[in-house]
Amino acid sequence: MTDQTSGDLRLTGVTKTYDSFTAVDQLDLVIPRGSFFALLGPSGCGKTTTLRMVAGLDQPTIGQIWIGDRDITDTKAYQRNVNTVFQSYALFPHLSIIDNVAFGLRRRKVSDHKAKAMEALELVQLAHIAKKKPGQLSGGMQQRVALARAIVNRPDVLLLDEPLGALDLKLRRQMQIELKQIQSEVGLTFVHVTHDQEEAMTMADTIGVMNSGRLEQVGDPATLYEHPKSTFVANFLGQSNLLKATVKSRTGTTAELDVHGVNLRLPVDRLADGTSALWLGVRPEKLRLMGATDVGGAGNLLSGVVTDASFTGLATNYLVRLPWGQELMVVQQNDGARPAATGAQITLGWAPEHGFALDADQDAHAGAQDQADDSGAI
Amino acid sequence: MSGQLADVAPTALRPRRAGLNYTPYLLLLPGLAWLVVFFVVPMLSLASQSLQTGTVDSGYVLTWHFQTYVDALSQFWPHFLRSIAFAGTATVLTLLLAYPLAYFMAHKSGRWKNILLVLVIAPFFTSFLIRTLAWQIILTDNGPVAGLARSTHLTNLLQWVQLTNNDSLMNSRFAVICGLTYNFLPFMILPLYANLERLDHSLVEAAGDLYATPIQTFWRVIWPLSLPGVVGGTLLTFIPAAGDFINSQLLGNTQTVMIGQVIDSQFLRIQDYATAASLSFVLMLIIVVIVAVYVRRAGTEELV
Repeated sequence: MTDQTSGDLRLTGVTKTYDSFTAVDQLDLVIPRGSFFALLGPSGCGKTTTLRMVAGLDQPTIGQIWIGDRDITDTKAYQRNVNTVFQSYALFPHLSIIDNVAFGLRRRKVSDHKAKAMEALELVQLAHIAKKKPGQLSGGMQQRVALARAIVNRPDVLLLDEPLGALDLKLRRQMQIELKQIQSEVGLTFVHVTHDQEEAMTMADTIGVMNSGRLEQVGDPATLYEHPKSTFVANFLGQSNLLKATVKSRTGTTAELDVHGVNLRLPVDRLADGTSALWLGVRPEKLRLMGATDVGGAGNLLSGVVTDASFTGLATNYLVRLPWGQELMVVQQNDGARPAATGAQITLGWAPEHGFALDADQDAHAGAQDQADDSGAI
Repeated sequence: MSGQLADVAPTALRPRRAGLNYTPYLLLLPGLAWLVVFFVVPMLSLASQSLQTGTVDSGYVLTWHFQTYVDALSQFWPHFLRSIAFAGTATVLTLLLAYPLAYFMAHKSGRWKNILLVLVIAPFFTSFLIRTLAWQIILTDNGPVAGLARSTHLTNLLQWVQLTNNDSLMNSRFAVICGLTYNFLPFMILPLYANLERLDHSLVEAAGDLYATPIQTFWRVIWPLSLPGVVGGTLLTFIPAAGDFINSQLLGNTQTVMIGQVIDSQFLRIQDYATAASLSFVLMLIIVVIVAVYVRRAGTEELV
């Protein structure tokens, strides 16, 4: 095989328009060979269209798609060394499981296709049902057959289109772990399309967050979560409290911010040069309900009134109303501390380094609704 | 909660399960009665007729005269062969014409789908007889079709393969097969369309994704999955075409007489009821055997 860098999947300036609608807009993306990449975004953000263009099922309007140094933009799906695990699995109902798995090998006239297909079935622990037809299998089994059918061809890139979407929650969790293990075992490049942020974070090395046909941010799950670069990412990946702030002064490594008259701090390196107005973001679980004795530490402090407290077992979720009427979400680990009651006057505190700064021009609610819609029960 | 449900459910269901439910059988009754009166009784009467001897004037007596079958077959076997050959050719032609059309209608026609469906059914608004007579005009010696066929030497080719006897198109095997193909085309299109419309397009995409060229995708995925429609369409075409007596009569010549035409004339003109009845029975038997072998070979049990 070729060397490590030559198998990278690269999209350069890829745009897909349907009549007047732009599904994917000027997408530039490099997915290193052997990585597990998740394309995350709400429905209609263009992630599936992107995937279909890589698979060769849709043609980009503008732009190129490369695998290593080969431009595959104008090749047909059957000419590309790319395989897809379809959302509906798309198993051939008239063929046995083993023939389904061997389908791609046969088309390529691989001599020992039966043995190789069996091997792939063993990888997904389904060798015992090789002779059955897809209709006789459960959803989870069909999903694994679809995976085996794609993996067996050792494609340069394996595309997964919401492959776990049709499974129930428990099976989905189990498959997430299994998929991740299989990926590290076979070492193929996986591109996983999903709207489930938890699924993306659990499985992927790198996540690309898509919104309205554009890539919002690319990075590893922890970076995306701790340092979102846009309000959309901050709200779509987990939850965020965003406070309208202005920069008062920068002294050494700390910047002094003014939030509705309250003095708060943020490390200077989180701020772009010359920023005066910003959204100061902080995650709900980074906020602490301070007891009377804790007050006076070096952290940021805000006082407010608890308007709602809901106990979830693992944690208690609070809504805290600040003096200017804004409500903050607070998640307090169930670590044995006495919970605050609704109506209680409390003080919230957090370490300055847990804050992040976002461009003040952005919509503070971008992505919040999408996430609530898509993640359903979570 | 589940405990409550479990307690409630059996009592709620008990009255329904108490007695046998006769409704399905009652609903079957009219259909069964219809079949008995208009199919089983005539069949028995026909069977009995084929073994009777006598004349129309003196009346028929059941004499178990099996010789009628032997005589009828030895005299008319070429007509049986010809009927099967014509019907088979017409069936293959309708399949070749209907398959691309049905696929296009089901997957590519978009908003034209319903209009195309109406167009397929539209010929039924005119009588079968009129439509067949229209083919006489289409294929007439002085018509543009015959003219085109002569100028492109198609007539020579047709003569060479013995589908026509001279440089005209009418009154020939060619004309009869054209008529059969045309008349039974909708019976092929509709089952194929119904089947292909259900084809999950992601299977076609999956085949392409797994390196199948468009031709391989057709033979490995689309064709096997459409077999129930193909079998349905070919049966609906072949069976009536094999017994057809209109096309050969209106478009053919004395050398293209099909078995349906023979039965027709034996019953109505020569009035040899025994021979006519025995020919009907043999035709039915031949079709049943062909269909049984065909359906078994096509092996569609698992798909439907």
